[in-house]
Amino acid sequence: MLIPFFYMLREGGMKTSITELLTLLEAMKNGLAGQSVDDFYYLARASLVKDEAHLDRFDRIFGAYFKGVEDSLADLMQDIPEEWLRHQAELSLSEEERKQIEAMGGFEALMKALQERLDEQDERHEGGNRWIGTAGTSPFGAYGYNPEGVRMGQQGSRNRSAVKVWDKRDYRNLDDSVELGTRNIKVALRRLRKFAREGAADQLDLDDTIDKTARNAGLLDIRMVPERHNAVKVLLCLDIGGSMDDHVRICEEMFSAARSEFKHLEYFYFHNFIYESLWKDNRRRHSEKTPTLDIAHKYGSDYKLIFVGDATMSPYEIVYAGGSVEHWNEEPGAIWIKRLLNTFPKSVWLNPEPKERWDYTPSTKLIREIMDDRMYPLTIAGLDDAIKALH
Amino acid sequence: MADNRFTGTSSYIATDDLMMAVNAAVTLERPILVKGEPGTGKTQLAVEVARSLGRPLHEWHIKSTTKAQQGLYEYDAVARLRDSQLGDDRVHDIGNYIVRGKVWEAFESEEQPVLLIDEIDKADIEFPNDLLRELDRMEFYVYETKKLITARHRPIIVITSNNEKELPDAFLRRCFFHYIKFPDKDTMAQIVNVHFPDLKKNLLREALDAFYKVRDVRGLKKKPSTSELLDWIKLLLAEDIPPEKLRGAESRNAIPPLYGALLKNEQDVHLFEQLVFLDRRANPQ
Repeated sequence: MLIPFFYMLREGGMKTSITELLTLLEAMKNGLAGQSVDDFYYLARASLVKDEAHLDRFDRIFGAYFKGVEDSLADLMQDIPEEWLRHQAELSLSEEERKQIEAMGGFEALMKALQERLDEQDERHEGGNRWIGTAGTSPFGAYGYNPEGVRMGQQGSRNRSAVKVWDKRDYRNLDDSVELGTRNIKVALRRLRKFAREGAADQLDLDDTIDKTARNAGLLDIRMVPERHNAVKVLLCLDIGGSMDDHVRICEEMFSAARSEFKHLEYFYFHNFIYESLWKDNRRRHSEKTPTLDIAHKYGSDYKLIFVGDATMSPYEIVYAGGSVEHWNEEPGAIWIKRLLNTFPKSVWLNPEPKERWDYTPSTKLIREIMDDRMYPLTIAGLDDAIKALH
Repeated sequence: MADNRFTGTSSYIATDDLMMAVNAAVTLERPILVKGEPGTGKTQLAVEVARSLGRPLHEWHIKSTTKAQQGLYEYDAVARLRDSQLGDDRVHDIGNYIVRGKVWEAFESEEQPVLLIDEIDKADIEFPNDLLRELDRMEFYVYETKKLITARHRPIIVITSNNEKELPDAFLRRCFFHYIKFPDKDTMAQIVNVHFPDLKKNLLREALDAFYKVRDVRGLKKKPSTSELLDWIKLLLAEDIPPEKLRGAESRNAIPPLYGALLKNEQDVHLFEQLVFLDRRANPQ
């Protein structure tokens, strides 16, 4: 029975392995899951999920899979004395409302609608763990069908409360496609670190010297090493102004995280797209420009090039000479960006726009093509992928 | 079996899912990996598991410079060098210079011990991989003395992580996993009760209300956690602040007294003060 569930988890994008499934089975053999569904859920979660970012996904798959096996709300109605539930509900209903319920197809239909509404809410509402509580606009609230009343009935059934546990989806905001603060970005960027000892061996390696001397039965054997530092070099180009205003916060976070993380970090700004010059100070963007060619010549190809921009503009701005919104560019932006890409083969484009929207803007598609598909959303998960591409 | 189940202790409230994860780890003798917001009692868990099961506890706190080898043993070459210079007889037996690490100590324990590997994510990225065999087979080889050290009893291993580094899959597969989520109000009331049994009911309620309100402020860099709440209540008690004052604070939306225990970051304090100020201007009393 568990094997289809296991495959469903894997299809759902979780990296659950056979070892973990066997662990779960072994634990069940040892009687850990007991008789209760709650216990089984906790046990399955502890043995199959190894990353809190996947907890929400697990809850959803678990809910979907065991809905057939376990009880839906309809099955539940058989467990609870229906009369009693109906009575409870009717207590709080006025004559008129009762008629409205009848009009909706009676009690069963309403409960079914309630279940559907719950499913729907899981999708749309933040947290999704409040049952119908957030549904101020739902007919259930209006009917005085308060969850209080429904839940009183539900607590009579152990199974019901079990469904509740995963349907609550407490872990929702831990999914790693959500944008988060500076610290998380730093942690993500840290993966780009590449510690290396470069240059002259001018430091005494005390440990190694002692070790080698001791192993040498006391004859002094001096060992030297070069200093160790983060050898990654990063060139960051940030889109600024215009449509990027919506994303200022995330870009600031990304920028400040990058600043403190890399010793060799160079940054430049551009507006909408790359042309013959970039700048370092937005207040003096018209007077103090750095020619793009200089950048390509000055920094070595071991620099990793990261563009941050929403890639949302008129396609003319990319492919035509004179397409820039700010000035007359002799050569189209596409040529300029290709020059940079030739110099810096390790490059990515980070896009703060949600990935679902990329396909709607032709310019985004164009830039993706130019970047050989190395465009990633500016989320923690996207950053992870981007860093993998930079390695 | 019955005495082998962890059900929380008089000073530690464990939720059902946490108990299940711990019991699964104890029964199957596999490590349990615990993650969660700072201050939700990850490290405390190991201490409480050891206490409730009556087992000795070995703690290994990890730093950024910690090597996996240090948990097993270290060869003190310097001591041996010195002894050889001084002509000490001990020098002939290399076993005299093998210093046992925490894992070895746990392996040698007379009864099944609890081994805490605290903040494993602080160490080098290869650290967990270096411990795979040791945690799996519960044995390791001492090259200097050519001896194989095997655990007398497989220790109950509790590993905590703050998520600073991703842990390798091979390592994760061998562990049970539990994420301590932030307790809801009811659980929190139980937790506070355990620590301050004779706390007045209304003070507890007011304190919790104020606390969750602070936690709900959007954009805080560091949200106050359970340990901060406990500190704050300790302060409230020490200063003998009456519950009315907390409630008064709420209605006027003032800053709760002694908020320094809850907010640990000057930007957060600023943000909070600003919000209170805006709120006061919007609803003058």
